Amino acid sequence: MEKMPKHEKVNAERYVQLENVDMTFSTKKGDFNALKNINLNIKEGEFISIIGHSGCGKSTVLNLIAGLMQPTEGLLFCAGREISGPGPERAVVFQNHSLLPWLTCFENVYLAVERVFGSSSEVKETKAQLKVRTDAALELVGLTHASDKKPNEISGGMKQRVGIARALAMEPKVLLLDEPFGALDALTRANLQDELMKIMAKSGCTAVMVTHDVDEAVLLSDRVVMMTNGPSAGIGEILEVNLARPRARLALAEDPEYNHLRSEVLRFLYERHAKKAA
Amino acid sequence: MSATSINKESLKTIMQSTSTLVSKEAFVSQGEAMTTTANKVIATKLDASKSAISKNAISKSKPSQWVVQANSFLKWLIPPVFGILMLLAVWTLISHQSPNLPGPLKTWYSAVELFSDPFYNHGPNDMGVGWNIVASLKRVALGFGLAALVGIPLGFIIGRFEFASRMAAPVISLLRPVSPLAWLPIGLLVFKAADPAAIWVIFISAIWPMIINTSVGVSKVPQDYMNVAKVLNLSEWKIVTKILFPFVLPYMMTGVRLSIGVAWLVIVAAEMLTGGVGIGFWVWDEWNNLNVEHIIIAIFVVGIVGLLLELALTQIAKRFSYD
Repeated sequence: MEKMPKHEKVNAERYVQLENVDMTFSTKKGDFNALKNINLNIKEGEFISIIGHSGCGKSTVLNLIAGLMQPTEGLLFCAGREISGPGPERAVVFQNHSLLPWLTCFENVYLAVERVFGSSSEVKETKAQLKVRTDAALELVGLTHASDKKPNEISGGMKQRVGIARALAMEPKVLLLDEPFGALDALTRANLQDELMKIMAKSGCTAVMVTHDVDEAVLLSDRVVMMTNGPSAGIGEILEVNLARPRARLALAEDPEYNHLRSEVLRFLYERHAKKAA
Repeated sequence: MSATSINKESLKTIMQSTSTLVSKEAFVSQGEAMTTTANKVIATKLDASKSAISKNAISKSKPSQWVVQANSFLKWLIPPVFGILMLLAVWTLISHQSPNLPGPLKTWYSAVELFSDPFYNHGPNDMGVGWNIVASLKRVALGFGLAALVGIPLGFIIGRFEFASRMAAPVISLLRPVSPLAWLPIGLLVFKAADPAAIWVIFISAIWPMIINTSVGVSKVPQDYMNVAKVLNLSEWKIVTKILFPFVLPYMMTGVRLSIGVAWLVIVAAEMLTGGVGIGFWVWDEWNNLNVEHIIIAIFVVGIVGLLLELALTQIAKRFSYD
């Protein structure tokens, strides 16, 4: 905790904090300013969605929080500490699952568990304890039966579930999801969204999800962060989603509040910040 | 031929039975009282006779399936056999033109005689062809093994670190195109003996494909996997053993296969110059004896051993593939 800034204590209201973040990529054609002046506070236990047209830099925001990139300007904090690189307290679920194809589902999850809780960590758990953790994570996503299968022996939805299990098994403070269900068909996606809602309710960890699916954003989130188009993209508007949890997909479909929120997002995306056809 | 006749037979039986069925149907349609029950009876009869026909056809087609298999085997076999025959024909033709070159038959008799006792030992200058092959394989194994031991880790380092890659690039581009035999004098100078010099030549010519393929493999590791490694905060050792090594293995095996091919290619030339025991030296020795049959046999031996090495490594590579 020695890196904690003096003026800021661990504050549940500002659990993850982005302060005046600017991101400029240097490309062959010159500098490209992707993000400009991003300010965002995420509460502890909150589920945030970042939505915007493709190319608006929403994945960049996630990568910055993950620590996979460093901002050109500004600061990022997680639980009061400055984010200086990737770390297991900020687990990422990647869009294309990114499981290692030569390891079984169990081994893929175990790799993460071993790093966070194994002999090289501060906790130093035994192998049996690590195995219990891995099995528990796979059980949480309902994949105990596929534990010994390799990623290319299971379906796309199952792979993404293993990805979620791997992230959750690390017991992260913040779960970062980069278009987690983007590559899945609509039915599988709906299933996994429902499961993710249940899992998040159980674990209670903070989550930031990048998505381009309006329904997904409204259904899952406490707040929807809508981004303007790049270059120099910023946060256009933040929409509070005050729908009671647990949320049921079918009941919400006819809920006026849900439909109102949904059309708010749609209006933002397609009226005020419509992307010109490429 | 038998297959077609059988097919014709079964076709005939099918035709006959269908024609009887058709006539039955016609008879029924002519009949004035066509109740639904009668229809049903006929329908079931039709089904029964149809299934009988198909059963008949299957039992008749069983031997023809075997023939089909034999046919496809022949089709697979004929082109390579033709290729070999063509080679033998050209060889015979040339041997007729130039009287010093023995033809295939003469070479074959000589080979039979030679391989009836491949492992005799009459002192270092007169050993059976088997010993010569073994000696060459030993050198290749040693030179190639050392090259793998140095080249593969080097490839990992070059692929992993930008600095190392840029450092190695000019050296590799400079040394790789050098003809293997140009390294022989250096080897003789440094090691002051023929045998280590030959191994040195194998080493230096076999190392490049392994360095290059391994480093290309490492640099092709998807960024996604490296992001996983970063997010999980994996140690360098874990990154190498759990991500890089499994991913690079197929690339590495390609390098190994190319290397062993080069090593086997080079050994003959190297041994011609260094002497001692070995297939290359043996070729040179037989040239001095003007035993041309043996030289031709040696060419085949080198080819066949190279082929076997390649096949063995392809099998190993298949084993290690994770797909």
